[in-house]
Amino acid sequence: MSATALPAPAVAGERRHLSYWLGATAVAVALAVALRLLGNEYGWYAGYFVLQYVVLAAAWNILGGYAGYVNFGAAGFMAAGSYTAIVLYESMGLGVIPGILGGAVVAGLLGLGTGYLTLRLRGVYFSIATLCLAVVLQTLIVNWDYVGGSRGAYIIRPMTVPGFASYGEYIFIVMLVLAVLAVGIGRTVEMSRLGTGLQAIRDNERAAEAVGVPTLRLKLIACTLSGALMGVAGAPLPFYAGYINPEGAFNLAYAVNSIAMPLIGGAGTWLGPVIGAVLLATLQQAATVTISSALNLWIVGWMLVIFVALFPRGIIGWFRNR
Amino acid sequence: MDPTLSLLLNGIVSGLLLGGLYAAAASGLAVSFGMLDIVNIAHPALMVAAGFAVILLGGALGLDPLLMALLVAPAFALLGMGIYTAYHHFFERRGDEALQGLAFFFGVMFIIEVGLVMAFGPEQRFLDPDWAFTTWRFGEIDVPLRMLIPALVSLAAIGLLWLFLQRTFIGLAIAAVAQDAQALRLMAVDPVRIKRLAFGISVGFAAIAGGALVVVQPIEPSSHHVFIGRVFAVCIMGGMASLSGCVMAALLFGVVENLTASFFGPSWSPAVAFGWLLLVLAVRPQGLFGRAA
Amino acid sequence: MSGAVLLRAEGVGKRFGGFTALADVNIELRAGERLGLIGPNGSGKSTFVNCISGDFAAHDGKVTLGGQLLDGLKPHRRARLGLARTFQLPQPFASLTVLENVRVPLLFAGEAAHASARAFECLEQVELAAKADKLPKELTQVEQRRLELARAIALRPQLLIADEAMAGLSHAEVDQIIALLLRMNAAGTAVIMIEHIMRAVTEFSERLVVFVAGRKIADGEPREVLAMPEVEGAYLGKQ
Repeated sequence: MSATALPAPAVAGERRHLSYWLGATAVAVALAVALRLLGNEYGWYAGYFVLQYVVLAAAWNILGGYAGYVNFGAAGFMAAGSYTAIVLYESMGLGVIPGILGGAVVAGLLGLGTGYLTLRLRGVYFSIATLCLAVVLQTLIVNWDYVGGSRGAYIIRPMTVPGFASYGEYIFIVMLVLAVLAVGIGRTVEMSRLGTGLQAIRDNERAAEAVGVPTLRLKLIACTLSGALMGVAGAPLPFYAGYINPEGAFNLAYAVNSIAMPLIGGAGTWLGPVIGAVLLATLQQAATVTISSALNLWIVGWMLVIFVALFPRGIIGWFRNR
Repeated sequence: MDPTLSLLLNGIVSGLLLGGLYAAAASGLAVSFGMLDIVNIAHPALMVAAGFAVILLGGALGLDPLLMALLVAPAFALLGMGIYTAYHHFFERRGDEALQGLAFFFGVMFIIEVGLVMAFGPEQRFLDPDWAFTTWRFGEIDVPLRMLIPALVSLAAIGLLWLFLQRTFIGLAIAAVAQDAQALRLMAVDPVRIKRLAFGISVGFAAIAGGALVVVQPIEPSSHHVFIGRVFAVCIMGGMASLSGCVMAALLFGVVENLTASFFGPSWSPAVAFGWLLLVLAVRPQGLFGRAA
Repeated sequence: MSGAVLLRAEGVGKRFGGFTALADVNIELRAGERLGLIGPNGSGKSTFVNCISGDFAAHDGKVTLGGQLLDGLKPHRRARLGLARTFQLPQPFASLTVLENVRVPLLFAGEAAHASARAFECLEQVELAAKADKLPKELTQVEQRRLELARAIALRPQLLIADEAMAGLSHAEVDQIIALLLRMNAAGTAVIMIEHIMRAVTEFSERLVVFVAGRKIADGEPREVLAMPEVEGAYLGKQ
């Protein structure tokens, strides 16, 4: 990542954007090369696991971190992406890239719809609605035979992809590119007029409206963008696992991690979700080997509670305040 | 009788009985969310946790689940007071309710659910009292005691809560605390103490609802998911802080949901809760949440 | 001074449930005018402000600004038409610096290209430029009030509603704010001052409107209005 990490106030010059894209690309290439040298299938799968959370956390942060509107339904938006990819695969035999684009559109529209109905109200109503949204989407999927209902759906993965060492490397690189894009989008939002407007909304929505900020429109844009990126995080999942079922797609882990990662890393900064995601996902990936997945999630839950209580501005905020 | 009519009547009656259970679940929330403005999304999870406590202890001691629920309610009230103390100390006092406070309750909800999975496994659990297998028949209409008794106990408990809020000094202070904490201070009442007590009562009510839930249906750690939509929809629809509104909304909701299940299949009932919630939020926000003015 | 009619409120009223907070208020304000609005607590002053600013979506009657109908417009649209307000309690954007606070209105008013420079100018006008990089919580009470005014200035308003912009300030600080408001007025902004500090109102206003129990009971030259027996009885007598 580029060295100009913490967002300084004002003046977002072209150079600072360029330095992010160059720096992020360099980090990404270095990561890909290192894993190729390692040459271990597990490395790519573990890397994918961490990176999908980078995308998810960055997506959540756009609405939750900057505007302060808490989305509890990340698992639902992600699953919307996963199942859009499944539908495109089943109906037209489309692969992972069209799946990602389709997932972005469907999840983005889902965000727009939910936002349109609830974002005019106090933030808690939006949060409650998103909490229910995931439950309802799961019901719909379980009752939808075309995508396998509760049994799930399979995707036949190619053994090799031209130009890549293995399919594992291919799907890892796909997620790596998505992660660089998602974090870059978050960073661009932060430095743009949209980001400043969202921060004003978070601090004081009434005052923001009074000085001419079109609050509802900005919230809807953020909600759509955030939802679309969550769909992007979920779309490659069936291609990664070769199989998906409602229980996996709506896994509790996504719901808790999407909130815990940005808040622990530092919500409302573009780097915070990256730090939180890398830290928590790596810990979880390492811990699944030694402890049960339930205990693993339990620990994440406790970390969330302890962090928001003791370090409400996350790791980044803590370093800044010192 | 025409079978459709019979189905309809039975659907309405069992919907009303189901609504009694929802009323118990939502009235606790009317206290915390409605009166105290604390968005306790862990309320249904606490209810399910109480359900597990009732099954475990009631099974071990051989006690009736509803009696057991009344016995565990004080323990849950204490737990609730503890949760409020932490919430107040870390979030309310700092003005961090909106983002961090909400994340805190989400964390609590999550810890409860995963904790239950670790302790009991993901399987369904139940505890059936003997009377649960009796069904009274009135003509074509079935009234199973499994539904009737929990509904009556719930409504009786809500009645007592209503009397408490209307007739006692502390009850009136609870109703007043959200509106004017300053006025309470002038009356030498500590608003934080009142809110802690009220939040305890709200969680104690979740425990009673949990006992009723155990009689009505088997439970599993994830049972609270579908209740989140239900209880918030009912609470908002009922006018947030009004117990009588909450009961009316719960009964209506039970009927609508039950008829949907009878005519379209039970798997659609979570969609009813969500649709209802969205409808309330989208169509009548001002009418229902006039508090902003 | 005697410009065209800028703000016209016709038959404006607002009820909350059965309670009538404001009833049938008619007020006309000319461009560049300085109007004082007084009345006891609960007389409907703030309700009136919220009807004008758009914080209350619905009310009775009709409000126009420069001939344009405001009813149904959201507050941010009204702000861009040149209607600025301050709040009874200062409402800064707490996590943004003083400079960024003033940049916010500029970013959304088509002045994004040179927002920082313009924001700095606005801060200079309220003598807050030295604190541009501070957070609002590091400002004193009066500085926070001045920040609100800088944010208002950034909107290049035709009309500023100063809703108790001087509550809790010292004598000297009140003079500071009055001087600022006069300077804004001299630059062409009409001002409605809602205030309990009588000295400020009489010093500032060209015209005085009095509300009692949700109704306008007087409207005219300040000294004449204050001498009216019903004003003395309903309002000043209580002080």
